[in-house]
Amino acid sequence: MNQEQTTLVEINNLRFSRGNRVIYEDISLKIPRGKVTAIMGPSGIGKTTLLKLIGGQLYPDKGEVLFDGQNIHKLSRNALFEARKRMSMLFQSGALFTDMNVFDNVAFALREHSDLPEEIIRRIVLMKLEAVGLRGAAQLMPGELSGGMQRRAALARAIALEPEMVMYDEPFTGQDPISMGVLVKLIKDLSDALSLTSVVVSHDVAEVLSIADYVYVIAEQKIIAHGTPAELRQTDNPQLRQFIDGEPDGPVPFHFPAAEYKKELLCEHS
Amino acid sequence: MVTKKIELLVGVFLLAGVVAFLALVYKVANVDVSTNSDTYTLTAEFTNIGGLKVRSPVKVGGVVVGRVSAINLDAKKLAPVVTLTMDKKYADFPETSSVAVLTSGLLGEQYIGLTPGFMDDGIEILQDGDRIADTHSAMVLEDLIGQFLYSSKDK
Amino acid sequence: MSIVDSIAALGARAIGIVLGLGRAGIMLWGALLHLPRFKKGTPLLIKQIYVVGVQSMVIVIVSGLFIGMVLALQGYTILVGFGTEQSLGPLVALSLLRELGPVVTALLFAGRAGSALTAELGLMKSTEQLSSLEMMAVDPLRQVIAPRFWAGLISMPLLSVMFVAVGIYGGYLVGVAWKGIDDGAFWSILQAAVEWRQDIVNCLIKSVVFAWVVTWIALYRGYHLVPNPEGISRATTQTVVQSSLAVLALDFLLTAIMFG
Repeated sequence: MNQEQTTLVEINNLRFSRGNRVIYEDISLKIPRGKVTAIMGPSGIGKTTLLKLIGGQLYPDKGEVLFDGQNIHKLSRNALFEARKRMSMLFQSGALFTDMNVFDNVAFALREHSDLPEEIIRRIVLMKLEAVGLRGAAQLMPGELSGGMQRRAALARAIALEPEMVMYDEPFTGQDPISMGVLVKLIKDLSDALSLTSVVVSHDVAEVLSIADYVYVIAEQKIIAHGTPAELRQTDNPQLRQFIDGEPDGPVPFHFPAAEYKKELLCEHS
Repeated sequence: MVTKKIELLVGVFLLAGVVAFLALVYKVANVDVSTNSDTYTLTAEFTNIGGLKVRSPVKVGGVVVGRVSAINLDAKKLAPVVTLTMDKKYADFPETSSVAVLTSGLLGEQYIGLTPGFMDDGIEILQDGDRIADTHSAMVLEDLIGQFLYSSKDK
Repeated sequence: MSIVDSIAALGARAIGIVLGLGRAGIMLWGALLHLPRFKKGTPLLIKQIYVVGVQSMVIVIVSGLFIGMVLALQGYTILVGFGTEQSLGPLVALSLLRELGPVVTALLFAGRAGSALTAELGLMKSTEQLSSLEMMAVDPLRQVIAPRFWAGLISMPLLSVMFVAVGIYGGYLVGVAWKGIDDGAFWSILQAAVEWRQDIVNCLIKSVVFAWVVTWIALYRGYHLVPNPEGISRATTQTVVQSSLAVLALDFLLTAIMFG
């Protein structure tokens, strides 16, 4: 029973493939309520896919995703939409609506899902923008913002409906050190202040380890390690060490799988 | 999200569409909505109207004085009856006037040519609903050729 | 072996086409199923009418004027040989109403608005705006597809009517103002030839059908494209090619039904 209350999302024996390519083979993990959970792994292993599976945008081949005890992929359309109102996602590109200004972007979900009067919406939006430090940019179009500011505006939009869970898809990628620092601080502050459940998908080791309460590391279609940041730093798993320390070659090979080098150079091209 | 300018332009767009539509309906298809207050009706019976159509013009010496408003077949005589809607401005045609189905040019549209008759004592002006007695039917090329062949065979 | 392969390729193609049609049908069904929401839906619709309608207006009107003028000029040189240059009115008006108006407008619409719709949706998809809508529990079909579809369906008949009206005016300019056909004869012969039901209503029916097809293809291509620059450019081209072909083929079909 205790387990039920502290776990918001539970993934059991999940298998997912795209065409013939298997992305995940038998993944199980738990995301506790009110904590920052990080999912790390090298690029191209489908970390974003995992978030889309949790959000019910993709369907697994096998296994289940439980959100607050409900199997996301068995919900009716309306129930799924209700569940999605309780979560939100910060996309890698920000995904701000390019034809609206920042204010309307943040107000969008409020206008869609509530019948609040415009005056109250205005105040909520300004509060959210203040939280990410962009109140002054309310009337700008997304194209006029820098990448980091776009992500912050998207973050304000993501928390506009006060969701229980926010999923961050690669929030640090392509950011300069200052924006990165701002985002790290924002994610940490927001999750503490609003007691949000945060799921951070990233490959930026240092930043993730600094804010996460619990970390899962995914590689080769499986979870290869999990634990608190302190535990992971102490690991002696060579694959994990390579990832955390950023070594170019190791258990995760530098070379894409290929025929033997000498053989391919010497043999006649068939 | 939607500015005043966009709303205005969309309004102009919709209005332009409606205006263009009305222009087509009234100017091009000439759907007649005017009341019949300034027109009067005549009928004429022909043996053959050729390619005459509803809305073909009625002309006097080339001047359009009315239009064909209906073409029916008389149920008893089995002859075509043409209803002409005439302009009130040209109301003084004597009952001796004659009408003929004519063609403008060799390949042109067919129209009704009205030839005003003589005026004399005891001859009345055509009134609304009157029938013109003196009619000349359309020349049908096939009939003419047929007559020509027939008469040449006789000789 | 190669025969088996090519039969298999044919089969794969057929399956692909049926799958595509099915997906396109589901998309349209999903978009139109929602009851219109007047308070929230109207601003979206107005915006899209602006994008697909108002922004296509100039090209449609200018093309209509020139096509009407060219038609009149060519028609005049032929008709004057028979001494029937007064039939120029019906020639211009009927060709515009029955064929050129709806068809050329649809082709212009496919090139101007259809490709823009596909590219815009492609951009929204590749920047994850559509995903983001879904995650915000807003159905992109209702929010994005439906207003664009209705805007296309409303705009195109209006554009066609404008095209025809301007085209006839262009014919009038050449015939009457330049070549000296009698003003009254031009209009009266034209009016005698054009029928409300046969010509104007059929013109509208054609343009509504074309609007449906072009907008549908454009939206489908945009909604289901591969979200990268290559995918967007491919899908945009496909939109123009496929909707043009569909318009021309459907035009033959409709003409056969209406006038055949």
